[in-house]
Amino acid sequence: MAETIRLEIVTPRGAVLSEDVDIVTAPGYGGEFGVLANHAPFLSTIKIGVLTYKKGHDSAQIMISGGFCKVSDNKITFLVESAEGGREIDVDRALRAKERAEKRLAAARSQQEKINQTRAEAALQRAMARLKASGQKAA
Amino acid sequence: MASLKEVKTKIAGVKKTSQITKAMNMVAASKLRGAQQKMDNFRPYANQFNTAMNSLSGSMETSQFPLMEVREVKNVELLVITSDRGLCGSFNANIMKAAERLMKQLEAEGKKVSLVCVGKKSRNYFRKTGKVRKSYLDIMGTFQMFNAREIAQEVAASFLAGESDQVQLVYGQFVSVAVQRPNVGQLLPIQTLGGDAGAQPVAAVDYIYEPSPNEIMDVLLPLYLNVMVYRGMLEVGTSEHAARMTAMDNATRACKDMITNLTLIYNKARQSGITAELMDIVGGAEALRG
Repeated sequence: MAETIRLEIVTPRGAVLSEDVDIVTAPGYGGEFGVLANHAPFLSTIKIGVLTYKKGHDSAQIMISGGFCKVSDNKITFLVESAEGGREIDVDRALRAKERAEKRLAAARSQQEKINQTRAEAALQRAMARLKASGQKAA
Repeated sequence: MASLKEVKTKIAGVKKTSQITKAMNMVAASKLRGAQQKMDNFRPYANQFNTAMNSLSGSMETSQFPLMEVREVKNVELLVITSDRGLCGSFNANIMKAAERLMKQLEAEGKKVSLVCVGKKSRNYFRKTGKVRKSYLDIMGTFQMFNAREIAQEVAASFLAGESDQVQLVYGQFVSVAVQRPNVGQLLPIQTLGGDAGAQPVAAVDYIYEPSPNEIMDVLLPLYLNVMVYRGMLEVGTSEHAARMTAMDNATRACKDMITNLTLIYNKARQSGITAELMDIVGGAEALRG
């Protein structure tokens, strides 16, 4: 595996990551997609989820939330609203957030409030993605 | 001439004031550093975003997107961003003056103006006009992205609902630590970045789009709006601290001048007091010797 691709993750709070990696897997619009070195130019929107990248034998997971990604010139750039590395994630907090979101979602569903429901769903997705990235089972 | 005691109290008072202004100056300086850091962090994101938007919108008919639709302008919404706190010189006043001028100009053209205020200062200033549709207070201190998102969604919703045909952003642009300028920019409808792209045509890379370019635009445009609002907030926040730093520096210097003057008065008064006392003693002694 000599060939690598440059992975860059940029959020409004600054660049999170800039590294040469072997493969990147990310939650795209139409499902997970993988990008290897010398991928054709590509532009996709990104859903809330977990980005995985591998470098040699090491792999890491990062939770990312909405944005888009661009592949060109053997470089893959993620522009997302937030990104958290698996190790930085506070599991307890994510678990609590998940419970809270589930409750809110149930409440919103029963009252048919569309906006609250969408919000709660997004919060739930974020919490799940965090848990997944931290390696915990989203029980 | 003021009595000795009065002058002394006054000096003590001014000294206290200068201590406060000096402390505020230092606080503003450290906050300014933080805000500038945030701005530096944000810049790569904004730049990348613009490039992506450029390469996307260049190849597309833009009027089909609701957020880019240019309508006949009847109702204009002004998004005025100021700070929450004062004591930063004429910074907020300048922004509000710019907003007011724009408001008058638009009204003279027969357009209806409504306001969305961010920051206590603008809310308080425009409250009496009765045109404030919505205000966001106490959010300038932290620079949270979700605040910007909320504001962006609010103005976008009213634009999409047809309540406003144009949204202008009035904010304080951070030029340098010494210079902050009120600035007006159009927020909605989102203008194509064609102006710049035309000058330096983006290399026609054939991207694979997923989903279709149009659908990507539907996702990107609201995000782009967030970016614009967030940048406005960052600029205002940074400018606020810079303006306060300068204002407090001036105040401290003014205090120093006052103390110098007062000390002079104090010493003069003290000296003339001593002279008068001496005259008394000498006069008494002369009389005794008789």
